Amino acid sequence: MAREMMYGEAIATAMIEEMQRDSNVVLYGQNLAMTERDPMLRKFGKQRVRIAPISETAEMGVAVGAALTGLRPIVELWMSEFMLVAFDELINEAPRLRYMSGGQVKVPLVFKAGYGFAAGWAGQHSNCVYHSMMGIPGLKIALPSTPADAKGLMAAAIRDDNPVVYLHHYMLTLDKGPVPEGEFVIPFGVGDIKREGTDVTIVATGWMVKKSLAAAELLAKQGISAEVIDPRTLAPLDTKTIIKSVQKTGRLVLVDQATRHASAAAIIAAEVAEHGGKALRAPLKMVTALDTSIPFSEPLENFVLPSEEKIVSAVKSVMARQAAGV
Amino acid sequence: MAKKKALTKDRLVWMYKQMVRIREFEERVKRTFVEHPGVIRGHTHLGDGAEATIVGSLATRDDDDLAMPSYRCHGYPLVLGTSPRKMMAEIYGRKDGLCGGFGGSMHLADPEHHFPGTSGIIGQAITHATGAALTAQVKATGQVIYCFFGDGSTKQGAFFESLNLAAVWNLPIVYILENNHYQAYTHISLEGANYRAGDPLSQKAQAFSIPGVTVDGTDPLRVYAAVGKAADRARSGKGPSLIEAKFYRLSAHGNAITVPPVPTQFPEHEAVEVYGKKKEFADAKKNDPIPRFRAALIRKGVLRNTDAQRIEAEAHAEMEDAVQFALASPKPAGEEAVKYVYA
Repeated sequence: MAREMMYGEAIATAMIEEMQRDSNVVLYGQNLAMTERDPMLRKFGKQRVRIAPISETAEMGVAVGAALTGLRPIVELWMSEFMLVAFDELINEAPRLRYMSGGQVKVPLVFKAGYGFAAGWAGQHSNCVYHSMMGIPGLKIALPSTPADAKGLMAAAIRDDNPVVYLHHYMLTLDKGPVPEGEFVIPFGVGDIKREGTDVTIVATGWMVKKSLAAAELLAKQGISAEVIDPRTLAPLDTKTIIKSVQKTGRLVLVDQATRHASAAAIIAAEVAEHGGKALRAPLKMVTALDTSIPFSEPLENFVLPSEEKIVSAVKSVMARQAAGV
Repeated sequence: MAKKKALTKDRLVWMYKQMVRIREFEERVKRTFVEHPGVIRGHTHLGDGAEATIVGSLATRDDDDLAMPSYRCHGYPLVLGTSPRKMMAEIYGRKDGLCGGFGGSMHLADPEHHFPGTSGIIGQAITHATGAALTAQVKATGQVIYCFFGDGSTKQGAFFESLNLAAVWNLPIVYILENNHYQAYTHISLEGANYRAGDPLSQKAQAFSIPGVTVDGTDPLRVYAAVGKAADRARSGKGPSLIEAKFYRLSAHGNAITVPPVPTQFPEHEAVEVYGKKKEFADAKKNDPIPRFRAALIRKGVLRNTDAQRIEAEAHAEMEDAVQFALASPKPAGEEAVKYVYA
């Protein structure tokens, strides 16, 4: 059974269901559960739902220590950039402790935050910083693009025995979609084909999935059949599904809201080049944010970010070109 | 409320024994740099001088309490029951090491013996210990977390954020600030605002409205009294305390940082090597906690000279065995390296 639900509601549903299922799951963060009326506080009590001081290093480090000793903390960090305050905990503590102990300990926690808030938040609150977390062995990263994925990936994140960065896209918060009721867990590392197609593969995450699907709709009217793949987790990364699709279509457009060299697209491009490059009938194309900070004013912001038009034009360009000498 | 472990004769002798074991272990690590050059790679930090603080603190713990120190971490697990063979093998990078050769000197971990692990980044482990205290509180285990760190760590945001959060959440933790007078290579007069003003470092507790006391960290009984009181307070739900234990680190910060093929080696203490303060260092050695505690116990009639000699000989034999075990242990196979990335 599925129920229509907003993306934000789906995340909360997963958290509530997992907290009901496992009393080791705790939740804390800044500016949450501030009054006795808070629904999470009423459900789970003051021990398991807490308000934290504005101390990202302590919030994230405390989660590491709590996870080491038997809890499964979810830290609500609100905006992904706030994790940068505690980069040591994110990159050099949470994912390293198990390895350095020779597998004796585990660090099951979720660092939850929104990202990509393209609504006038300017340079420091609307970035995509997941690139710096990719390639950190021991760390997992989930970026849901639909309400159903938001629920299933949050459940998986909480159940995972490793540190997970769960990044939800602010621009999707109010989007509605069918969400399976009851236990629903999406395994990490399994990409999803959001739209099947035969002429070109588009790989996108988060809000860019929505834009890519809209672009695919426009392209269909012009006789171009685009397949849209959402890897759903960047670590682990399902390169298999992507390469299989590229082997079918022979063309690839990578859409990423991050800046070019700090994008997941660049990593996926490298994987495809090494493992599926022979299938490409035209050089791949990356549609990313321009190499600027995110500007405040709307036309400036629009100019910098990927759009349906930019995706359509990238697809047309790979359709038109043949790979030289391949 | 926990039963406080009474300081019986046996307990006092046990304390002396643990102090001697730590010293003997650290001496054998240090000698390895000379006797087996190249065997220890990377960066190794010794706790000689800290024995009275380590043992005085851990003598107050209940059986399930956890110890969570910084990367200067050899002393604590020895007291908690970790095998010195496995510890030495880890420091030598061997297969039979405590962490299979994945961690080394800075990252000893032995969760079975109440030692969940350490961080090599100064100050960060304070947050982890605070998190362990959250677990103890949420699960109502009755545990107290013993969080050890140096004076250098108290300049980190992690220290301030942790103490504030622990105070607000009333967590069962004792923060034991080992003031060993050097922040890595830098003397405390160059980096400590409290020290420069002539104030104790425990004054920082006032910033969080929690108890803060300074004790002579070379006297295990004074440490025992202060930490015991703080642990009781934590266990009875009254929250965290800060104990500054003042002592003098008797070895350099760590082995000299050398680039292969030059083997690693242990330099003179910074007091001598960097600052030319020979007298300061000589005075610190005169104040060595181990001979002082030995003399005090003999004076009180708790320990006979022959018993002390037996304890010292046993510790010597135990650590000699650890060295031989570690030397004989094979190195891990390279392909092991891909294990343990994910749980």
